Amino acid sequence: MTAEQSLRTPATASGDTRIHNIGYRSYDGPRLGRSYARLSLYSQSLRGSYGLGRSVKSKVLPMLLFVVMCVPAAIMVAVAVTAKAKDLPVDYTRYAIIMQAVISLYVASQAPQSVSRDLRFKTVPLYFSRPIETADYVRAKFAALASALFILTAAPLLVLYIGALLAKLDFTDQTKGFAQGLVSVALLSLLFAGIGLVVASVTPRRGFGIAAVIAVLTISYGAVSTLQAIADAQSSGDSIAWIGLFSPITLIDGVQSAFLGASSVFPGGIGPSNGEGVVYVLFSLGLIAACYGLLVRRYKKVGL
Amino acid sequence: MVRVTIVDDVTVIATESLSKRFPRVTALDRLSVDVGPGVTGLVGANGAGKSTLIKILLGLSPATEGRAEVLGLDVATKGAAIRERVGYMPEHDCLPPDVSATEFVVHMARMSGLPPTAARERTADTLRHVGLYEERYRPIGGYSTGMKQRVKLAQALVHDPQLVFLDEPTNGLDPVGRDEMLGLIRRIHTDFGISVLVTSHLLGELERTCDHVVVVDGGKLLRSSSTTDFTQTTTTLAIEVTDTDEHPDGTRSVRDALHARGVSTEDGSGLPGAGHVLLLTAQGEETYDLVRDVIADLGLGLVRMEQRRHHISEVFKNGDENGDMNNDGHNGGQRKEAVGHDS
Repeated sequence: MTAEQSLRTPATASGDTRIHNIGYRSYDGPRLGRSYARLSLYSQSLRGSYGLGRSVKSKVLPMLLFVVMCVPAAIMVAVAVTAKAKDLPVDYTRYAIIMQAVISLYVASQAPQSVSRDLRFKTVPLYFSRPIETADYVRAKFAALASALFILTAAPLLVLYIGALLAKLDFTDQTKGFAQGLVSVALLSLLFAGIGLVVASVTPRRGFGIAAVIAVLTISYGAVSTLQAIADAQSSGDSIAWIGLFSPITLIDGVQSAFLGASSVFPGGIGPSNGEGVVYVLFSLGLIAACYGLLVRRYKKVGL
Repeated sequence: MVRVTIVDDVTVIATESLSKRFPRVTALDRLSVDVGPGVTGLVGANGAGKSTLIKILLGLSPATEGRAEVLGLDVATKGAAIRERVGYMPEHDCLPPDVSATEFVVHMARMSGLPPTAARERTADTLRHVGLYEERYRPIGGYSTGMKQRVKLAQALVHDPQLVFLDEPTNGLDPVGRDEMLGLIRRIHTDFGISVLVTSHLLGELERTCDHVVVVDGGKLLRSSSTTDFTQTTTTLAIEVTDTDEHPDGTRSVRDALHARGVSTEDGSGLPGAGHVLLLTAQGEETYDLVRDVIADLGLGLVRMEQRRHHISEVFKNGDENGDMNNDGHNGGQRKEAVGHDS
């Protein structure tokens, strides 16, 4: 009897000291609502554009492209410093134009990962069953890709600027050029992000998205520069500027050669005049707005 | 700690002649239904308008006509406020394969407005409650269907909503997974204090889980009643017993004994183990006691006694027979396939 009791006692004791399931706890803390959710989506998408918070494999391409973007700038700086040049070998505004293939590749790889994934895995309904609205989702994704592109295109300019200051080039001159370069790449980032997202949001297939973005960017540039070359050969100089409206990179080129002191890469080196430049600016802004509108329309349809 | 539901006497969902018409189909046709706190089943065949109803209740799709309120908020004007207090688990796959359950649910918690620290804490809690442990750090792509369903459920619960919409949560699960999911759904209300609206095309599984069942067909309300009404009148029991030396054919002995007590039975032809299974209609608690006593008196072993699952089509059939599509659920007892007490 006593033995039985003494046997039982430790058993109950250990039963008492067991860690119990603490059960369900309700949440009474703050709910930060729409703008916070939008900001969270923005930061998650921006980090995702460089593969942060994602698998190692998805970090490779964006990081590689970032390095590829910056290395030529570093080399130019090194050359300028050692050769004691009076100016940088390339203008701030010109850099993005030269590196346009890398930028296009980045847009083509990251725009689909930003939007096609949510469509393909049907995660979109989970967003829209929460406080955020269609426009919040589009704005967050748009801003995130534009910011990622700005980081990609502004970083080499920063390298050039720091290098220029180290090489003791003229401070005011360099600062002005750097600022103009930043404005130009900001516009470029918005434009490329818009076009990339619109194209990518049409298809849930990432591969198609990549191909389609590359196609849109390169075919439009190829067609425009070919037509410009023909116009130049036929010495109808006026039409060169107008043709330039129809591809994103020549659009940026036109804007910056009209207003940001850049030298145009158009055939014959003649950029748009100031009057034409206004059209270029309006056209770029209109295109960005149109991309935003198309995205909102697209996601209104996706719904749940 | 179970939260005290403040909306105890309030209706959680109320619709009033709610209609949704698309150019070619009428998805909802003047649906008026009140849903109280607890677990409510929404039953209907595919295309009966269940998902459309959920979309309208989330404030994502405007109704063509009529009005609806969720937690006392009008769906037409207070959509965002509703979505902050409601969770939604879609029917289809919605999980990216290359992130872990933890990362994904944390992100979704933040999308619901939870601050970063709270999002992480709630994610760990919720994933534990739905039964995901070590595997939550692995990419979702490698999960089984059952685990994926748990992640989907977790993302609907992570922000501690007052009400969750679960769209076909048992889809694609094996019987064991189904039972686990149904148990979990029951706990969402009993342990977590969250009201549940769960859709299914299987009436049987909802009967066992829900306090209240709403049946829709072709966008119309077919029946809305509490499950006690349902189960008392419609439960069919399947019984299987062992044979002993005394009673070489146990099934037969039980049948004879039950007949002697005035309960008629059917043999479960068509069911697995036909010939060894008896079917009878449970008229309430006393039927279970009677069966137990009869089997005990005969000295047989009871292998199983389970509620047979009904399919939604039986309700439709039943409704047609009664010639009353909008009945209140009290006359479901006139079922033809199982025979009840004689007295």
